[in-house]
Amino acid sequence: MNRSLLLKLLSAALVFGAWEIAGRIPISYAFPTFLEAMSSLAQMAFDGTLLRAYAETLKPLVLGVAISAVLGIGFGLWIGLSARSEWVFSPIFIVMQAAPLAALIPLLVMAYGIGLTSKVFVVCIMAMPVIVLNTAGAVRNTPASLKEMGQSFLASDRQVLLKIVIPAASPVIFSGLRLGVSAGFIGAILAELKITPTGVGDIISYSRSIADYPSMYAAIFSIILLAVVFLNLLEKLENYLFEGNNRGYVSD
Amino acid sequence: MSQTDAAFADAREPAPESAVSVRGVSKNYGAVEALKNMSLEFPRGQLTSLLGPSGCGKTTLLKIIAGLIPADAGAVEVNGKTIRGPGDDRAFVFQDFALLPWANVLRNVAFGLELRGVAKSEREAIAEKYIANVGLAGFEKSFPHQLSGGMRQRVGLARALSVDAEVLLLDEPFSAVDEQTRRKFQEDLLSLVQNENKTFIFVTHSIEEAVYVSDQIAILLPRPSRVSEIIRPTSFRNKGVENIRRDPEYLDIVDEIWASLRSYVE
Repeated sequence: MNRSLLLKLLSAALVFGAWEIAGRIPISYAFPTFLEAMSSLAQMAFDGTLLRAYAETLKPLVLGVAISAVLGIGFGLWIGLSARSEWVFSPIFIVMQAAPLAALIPLLVMAYGIGLTSKVFVVCIMAMPVIVLNTAGAVRNTPASLKEMGQSFLASDRQVLLKIVIPAASPVIFSGLRLGVSAGFIGAILAELKITPTGVGDIISYSRSIADYPSMYAAIFSIILLAVVFLNLLEKLENYLFEGNNRGYVSD
Repeated sequence: MSQTDAAFADAREPAPESAVSVRGVSKNYGAVEALKNMSLEFPRGQLTSLLGPSGCGKTTLLKIIAGLIPADAGAVEVNGKTIRGPGDDRAFVFQDFALLPWANVLRNVAFGLELRGVAKSEREAIAEKYIANVGLAGFEKSFPHQLSGGMRQRVGLARALSVDAEVLLLDEPFSAVDEQTRRKFQEDLLSLVQNENKTFIFVTHSIEEAVYVSDQIAILLPRPSRVSEIIRPTSFRNKGVENIRRDPEYLDIVDEIWASLRSYVE
């Protein structure tokens, strides 16, 4: 446990060290050093800028991610369990995943305005397809012998779904959720940059326009940090719900 | 009189009452005839092996008896009642163990009872007893990925035993474990047949294994799938597990079966 923490710290030190060096050379006058970015991060955190920004950004993000997770897993289960619904719905999500979202944003704005709705849509379009497609694939690939085992021990269809299919699919469902949540974070920032500058997107575009690059990178850094924290929590949730999923590494 | 019926008549006279009867069962997979009009009796309290080359339909027959796949024609009777699907009178042991990887040994063994709605404390007490019976005491909290192949199959066996079904269906249960473990399993299986008052139906492709553990061996042949012969070893069953493999009758039966099967092996 301590060794893995040490390796994580080493990895962080490597990345931040490289950032600091690249900023000091400097590779571009628009690229601040790591320490400059951190000091402006601390400043924004203490004067409340960051708090106000996240109060705004988290609205579409949390809403979009929650909708994507619930609907995405629901649709995924349906698609995975029935061939007919796969033919109907699966193309929609494949198109959604492949669509160049930035180009579609003007259409969303025309239909839903510049408010929260459009931003939630952007987050959902980014997050949902990967959740749906992962869930569907995982459900379809439930080991046949596990389902047979359930039937031979007299499981009802509902028991097969709840006690066998969903837990068996859970590692892939969770990896879909991780990918979907990361994409949702990207979507939330994209929405704030492309639709109306609010929250963290506002800090990014405003500090860029006044050439306050440390603040711009501090804002980007903070959203990445939040995403990492959230993904770790998701992993904790998975290990709590499905203990046996954490099967360790071969070398342990 | 067909070959099947002849073999059937020979077998029936000395055999005690049947726990499971297969009557005229046929099964097709598209154009492929997996089973054609197959009839077979499984005596109560004994172990019957289904032995044959691959493609002879032995696993298909076992799954039809389990109620996992429906027969196209014919019927399977358990205790005189025609089956209509899986039932609490039969329990299945799977070739690939079919354990839940996210559940520990205790929950895996208790899973059959969990599906039947048995209360947690009660089913765990039963599971603990059978975990100890198969020699896995102390591993209740382990997960399947932490166990060896042989131990995993012991979990599968304990799960089948814990639902207390009269008929145990074993689908090549020892084919995925190493040779030493397999021999230990075969000895354990013999004492299980002796101590538990259950009927065992055992699918295997190993001639030695079938002769070693069986009270009755049904030789299945492919194209078209049929019961070619039923062999009931008589003399070596009570001579002790360590003497079986050098008993002349054991060796003769192994040779005889190989002689009749060799022409079907490509």
